[in-house]
Amino acid sequence: MSKEFLYTLGHRCYRFRNLAELMAKATPARSGDRLAGVIAESAEERVVAQMVLAELPLKVFLEDHLVPYAEDEITRLIIDTHDAAAFSSIAHLSVGDFRNWLLSDQATPEQISTIRAGITPEMAAAVSKIMRNQDLILVARKCQVTTAFRNTIGLPGRLSTRLQPNHPTDDVTGIAASILDGLLYGNGDAVIGINPATDNVAQSIKLMKLMDEVIQKYDIPTQSCVLTHVTNTLEAIEQGAPVDLVFQSIGGTEATNASFGFNLATLAEAQDAAKGLKRGTVGNNVMYFETGQGSALSANAHHGLDQQTCEARAYAVARHFDPLLVNTVVGFIGPEYLFDGKQIIRAGLEDHFCGKLLGVPMGCDICYTNHADADQNDMDNLLTLLGVAGCTFIMGIPGSDDVMLNYQTTSFHDALYARRVLDLAPAPEFADWLTRMAIFDDISGYRLNDGLPQPFARSLANLPSQEADHEH
Amino acid sequence: MSTDKPSRPVTDNPWHLLRRFTDARIGLGRAGVSLPTSRSLEFQLAHAQAQDAVHLPLDVDDLCLQFEAESSLSSVMSTQRLPIQRLHSQASDRQTYLQRPDWGRRLDEASREQLKRATDVPQASYDLAIVVVDGLSSFAVQHNAVPFLRALSDGLDNDDHHWSLAPLTVVEQGRVAIGDEVGEMLNASAVLVLIGERPGLSSPDSLGLYLTWGPRIGLTDAYRNCISNVRPAGLAFSEASRRLVYLLRESRKLGLSGVKLKDRTQDDVIETSESPGNFLTS
Repeated sequence: MSKEFLYTLGHRCYRFRNLAELMAKATPARSGDRLAGVIAESAEERVVAQMVLAELPLKVFLEDHLVPYAEDEITRLIIDTHDAAAFSSIAHLSVGDFRNWLLSDQATPEQISTIRAGITPEMAAAVSKIMRNQDLILVARKCQVTTAFRNTIGLPGRLSTRLQPNHPTDDVTGIAASILDGLLYGNGDAVIGINPATDNVAQSIKLMKLMDEVIQKYDIPTQSCVLTHVTNTLEAIEQGAPVDLVFQSIGGTEATNASFGFNLATLAEAQDAAKGLKRGTVGNNVMYFETGQGSALSANAHHGLDQQTCEARAYAVARHFDPLLVNTVVGFIGPEYLFDGKQIIRAGLEDHFCGKLLGVPMGCDICYTNHADADQNDMDNLLTLLGVAGCTFIMGIPGSDDVMLNYQTTSFHDALYARRVLDLAPAPEFADWLTRMAIFDDISGYRLNDGLPQPFARSLANLPSQEADHEH
Repeated sequence: MSTDKPSRPVTDNPWHLLRRFTDARIGLGRAGVSLPTSRSLEFQLAHAQAQDAVHLPLDVDDLCLQFEAESSLSSVMSTQRLPIQRLHSQASDRQTYLQRPDWGRRLDEASREQLKRATDVPQASYDLAIVVVDGLSSFAVQHNAVPFLRALSDGLDNDDHHWSLAPLTVVEQGRVAIGDEVGEMLNASAVLVLIGERPGLSSPDSLGLYLTWGPRIGLTDAYRNCISNVRPAGLAFSEASRRLVYLLRESRKLGLSGVKLKDRTQDDVIETSESPGNFLTS
C-alpha cells in the first residue's frame, strides 16, 4: 500500500520499503526497536531516514495509515476525528518544516492549540524523531493543556503529583501511613492513586472507600483512583462505590487494547458512568490513562511499527476521552524496551512532547527497574528536564521505593526539589489547602512546617499502642 | 534569621513510628526538602544490592554442591539418581539476556544435545521436572533454592502420591518459559521452575515458583501458576511448599495448570472486604 523511499548518499543508495520502516529507522536508538527487528542498521542509516522523513509532507500521514483503517479502530478514530480546518494552516508543511514552525515565534501557545485537532499522532511522532531533546522541551513548554475535577491541573508554572501509597498486601493501615506521609510532604494534587496488590472488585471498592473517607475528612481538593481494570471500575460504580476517576492502561493499536481486555466502546461506557456520578467540583474530566513505549510489541500487536509511533497513537485514544491525567510509565517495562538511563530520558521527553502537542494532560512516571542500566541520577536528570518542559504531573512515593510494584519512581522529596529549583507550584486549590492545613509554613518558598499540623497530630493519637499491634 | 540556637540541619518526622505498619520508606525526615545523608546512602546500598543480584553470575558449582550435600533433598532429586544437568539458554551473556527475552526462553544447541544424551533412558517419563533458573536474581537462587527445596521435599514425602522426579536441571541466563523446553525434552508431566525474580529495592532475593502442566515449547503465561516473593522476609518456604504441593496435586487431578487452576489455599483468610477503619479516618 505504501511506496518505497530512496536516498543516495555518496555511493550508497538507501532504500526504505515503506513509511513504517522509514519511521522506525528514523527513531533514535532503543532496545525495543532492536528486539522488534525494525531498528536502523547503522548510525548513518538512521540519519538518512531522518533526512528522508524531514522531506515528507505532513499530509502523507492522512493517506498512509501505517496500521490499516479496516483492521484497527484506533486508525479509524484518528482518521475519522481529524479536523481538516485545524490542519489547513499546516497542511502545506513537510515534517522538517513542521519542526521549524513549532520552534518559531509564530507558534505561540494559542496558535498551537488552534491547530491541535489537525495533528495526528503519526505527525507528532514523525516530527519528534527529528527533534533534539531541547526541541522537545522547548515546544512542549508552549503546549498548554488544562483539566479539572476537584482542582485545576496543568496551569502554567504548576506541577502536580500523584500520591501512590501502594502496599504489597493492600493493608489499609500501611496504605494510610503512606498517604499521611505524602500529604505532609505536600503531595497528591493530581490524584491519590493506588495500584491494588489484589486486583478484584471487592478489593478495589475497599480501597476506594478508604481514600474517599480520607479526602472527605480532611476536605482535600483532590481525587482518588484505584488502578484496576476498567471493567472492575464499571462494576464498582454499579455497586455504588465512590469512584472519582476511571483508570485504564491503553495502547496504540486495537490489538494491544484487546490484549488488555477492552476496546473504545468499553472506555466510552466507563466515561459516561463516571461522569454521571457528578463527583467533580470544578470540572468533570474523569479518566486516568497510563501508557508506555513497548506495550504494543509486548502484546505482539505492533504491526511492524516502532514503539514510539505506537505510543503516540495511544494518545489519540486518550484525548478522545478528555482525561484528567495521562501518565507515561516510561521506565517500568524494562531494559528489553528501554535499555538505560539515556534511552529512558529520551523516551520520557518524546512521550511528554507528543502528548502535549496532541493536547493530552501528560505526566510522567519517571522510573526505572533494577535490571535496567539506570539510577537515581538519571531520574534526577529526567525530572529536571520534564520540570522545565512543563510536565503536568509526576508520581510521589515514599523514598522512591514502590514496595508493591518493585521499581523506583520519584519521591515526595523529589517533587519538592523540582518545586524549589524551578518554582513550580501545586494546583491552586491544593496549594490553598496546604496553607490552610499548615502543612507548609510558606508555600511560595516551598517551606514545610517543621512540626506536625494539628488535624494530623490528632489522627496519630488514634494509633493503636505498640503492644496492641499484633500483626507487625 | 534566628541565631539564638544552633539548629539541626535535619528535620525529623514525628510520624516515623508508622514504619511498623509498612515497609514503605515513610517518615524519612529531610535536610531542607532533600533526603538526609543517612537515608540517601541507605537507598544507594539497597539499589547496589539489587543491581548486584541482577548482574552477579549464578555460582553453579556452589549451587550443585549445595544440592548434593543435602541428603534431605532426596525426594526432589532424580528418582533414578541421574546427575544434575547444567544447561544454558541461547542468551550468551547478561547484556544479551537483558535485551533478548526471546533467547532466554530457549536452550542453546549444546544444552539440547547434552540433555538428549543424559536422558537417553528408554521409555523414561516422569511426574515432575524441577528446573532451577538464575532469572533476574542469582542471589535469590543461590540463597533460597535449597531451603525451599528442603521444604518441598518434606511436602512431597508426605503426599499420598509417589512423585517420580526427572533429573534436576540448572539453567543459566534463563527465563521462565525455558522450563517448557526442558520439561518437554525430559518427558515430564509437569515442570516446576524456580527462578530469581526481578529484584525490588527491599527484596533482592525473591524466588518465583512457576508450575506448568504438560510443558511444551510455545506455552504462554496463561498456562502457568505462579507463587511469588518466596524468601525469608516474604512468603516463608514452608508456606510456599504447602501452596505448591496443593497446586501439584490439583494439577495432576485435573490434568491442567494456569488460569483454570485456582489457588484456593488462601480462601479462608481473604474475606475481609468490609471497610475496616484506620487511624487517618477513625
